[in-house]
Amino acid sequence: MNHVYGWLLLLPAAVFLLAFTHYPTVATLMQSFFSESTALRPSVFVGLENYELLAEDEIFWKVLNNNLWYAAGTIPTSIAIAILMAIWVNRRLPGRGLVRMAYFTPTILPMIAVANIWLFFYTPEIGLFDQIGAVFGMPSQNWLGDPDLVLGSLIVMTIWKEAGFFMIFYLAALQSLPPELEEAAHLEGAGRWYFFWRVTFPLLMPTTLFVMINAVINSFKMVDHLFILTKGGPDNASSLLLYYIFEVAFSFFDESYAATLTVVLLVLLAVIAVGQFVLMDKRIHYR
Amino acid sequence: MNDVARLTLLDRVEISAAWLLGIIWLMPLLYAFWAGFHPPEYATRLDLLAPLTLENFAEAWSQAPFARFYLNTFILVTSILIVQFILCTLAAYAFARFEFWGKDVAFVLVLVQLMIMPEVLIVENYSTMSSLNLVDTIAGIGLPYMASAFGIFLLRQTFKTIPKELEDAARIEGCSVLQILWKVYVPLARPTYLAYGLVSVSYHWNNFLWPLIITNSVETRPLTVGLAIFGAPESGVDWSVISAATLLAVAPLLVAFLLFQRQFVQSFMQAGIK
Repeated sequence: MNHVYGWLLLLPAAVFLLAFTHYPTVATLMQSFFSESTALRPSVFVGLENYELLAEDEIFWKVLNNNLWYAAGTIPTSIAIAILMAIWVNRRLPGRGLVRMAYFTPTILPMIAVANIWLFFYTPEIGLFDQIGAVFGMPSQNWLGDPDLVLGSLIVMTIWKEAGFFMIFYLAALQSLPPELEEAAHLEGAGRWYFFWRVTFPLLMPTTLFVMINAVINSFKMVDHLFILTKGGPDNASSLLLYYIFEVAFSFFDESYAATLTVVLLVLLAVIAVGQFVLMDKRIHYR
Repeated sequence: MNDVARLTLLDRVEISAAWLLGIIWLMPLLYAFWAGFHPPEYATRLDLLAPLTLENFAEAWSQAPFARFYLNTFILVTSILIVQFILCTLAAYAFARFEFWGKDVAFVLVLVQLMIMPEVLIVENYSTMSSLNLVDTIAGIGLPYMASAFGIFLLRQTFKTIPKELEDAARIEGCSVLQILWKVYVPLARPTYLAYGLVSVSYHWNNFLWPLIITNSVETRPLTVGLAIFGAPESGVDWSVISAATLLAVAPLLVAFLLFQRQFVQSFMQAGIK
């Protein structure tokens, strides 16, 4: 009887998951082995042809490379800032609630709204960055139009968007550390800097791991801002994998190739999942 | 530890730095308020004597059907939330309290969605929606998110902490499976529903990519998509009006956040840590 009840309860959710997660995952994989169907030629099995195309596609390698730089640029910095924020907000601080609110606010703003405002900040001449730069006698920069600057500009904005979200996990972790540790270290005459690197930071490792995995996943699925800020340009200098998938599928209407690109993204996410599983298994200080 | 009240120089530096970072973090929002509430000629310069105005909001409101976008987002967010609550509650109950054939495999298959979010499957889900004739409908935006692995997981964890004796007592009273769920489990899991609800509402209020793909008319577009089209550089709208429109789009969530700050932060935290 329990078997029947269990499945009946699960059924509604299972139908949705099958229809919109499992089926499309398998279908994506299948489609990557078929050619794009046109009015004249139906879709036919082409084996690995799409993948050969992929290997020779310079834009694909470029966006993949961008994505890795984007991840490398955003993750360590936003984690460092998040830890700093958490430590500050966790100590005695006048106006603590206000400061915490300021740090966290970017988390609840939609990426599209954020991009609208930052678009203005990055505007040459009149934007905030150029106005501040002008005070220090720096020349005006085309932050979003210069291929050398554009990815960095997006990274800065993303760090601002994410750090406050990561902060709350560090804050929770800090609050769960026994206060005796700090007292003991204090008695031993350990400085704060020493205490942080030798005690706090290692104890925060599980949180860092958790935050890092979240950050890596985010770096692959956050592309909303590109629609406002750069559309992937100039010359794909700021395009990311998911944005490229969108372009191939809905601007170039090549579903088979978009499916092939999606398979790459799925494999990347699977690798992250396995990595998470292995790393979490080895966790030492977790709960 | 008695000298905490006395601030050393280092303390002062640190406090100033913490505040400075806070101000930097609020800058974009402060700027949006500045530009939104002042005439366009003050959009790029700070002048404390600049006159205040609501002109930009009126302008934004008249240039795009924001009332309709609000309605669409509201319908979208509430319908997703209601269906998510129902589906996730049922599935979570199954995983928490029933032994059934294939349970472990089913659970792993559910968790797959934590990694493969609907965002990643835009290509195939679009074909599914077009074969279901759901392109450009609010249902089409919401369907891929209705069963949430995350919600199932969160509720399962909570249900597992509820003492089994309560269920047994209810059964002796003659309650059916669904009655037990409704009368015992759901009320006791209220904090989890609140936390999950806040995260879900924030997520779908702000969601953009999939709604952009699946909608193509004013009647279905949510706020984020409406705002993106409105704010596109080629539309030639000035910064003040774009700032006003941006504030319009974020206002409800922002106000809710400011009012229930603690609840928001705790929900995001609980939801994240799992």
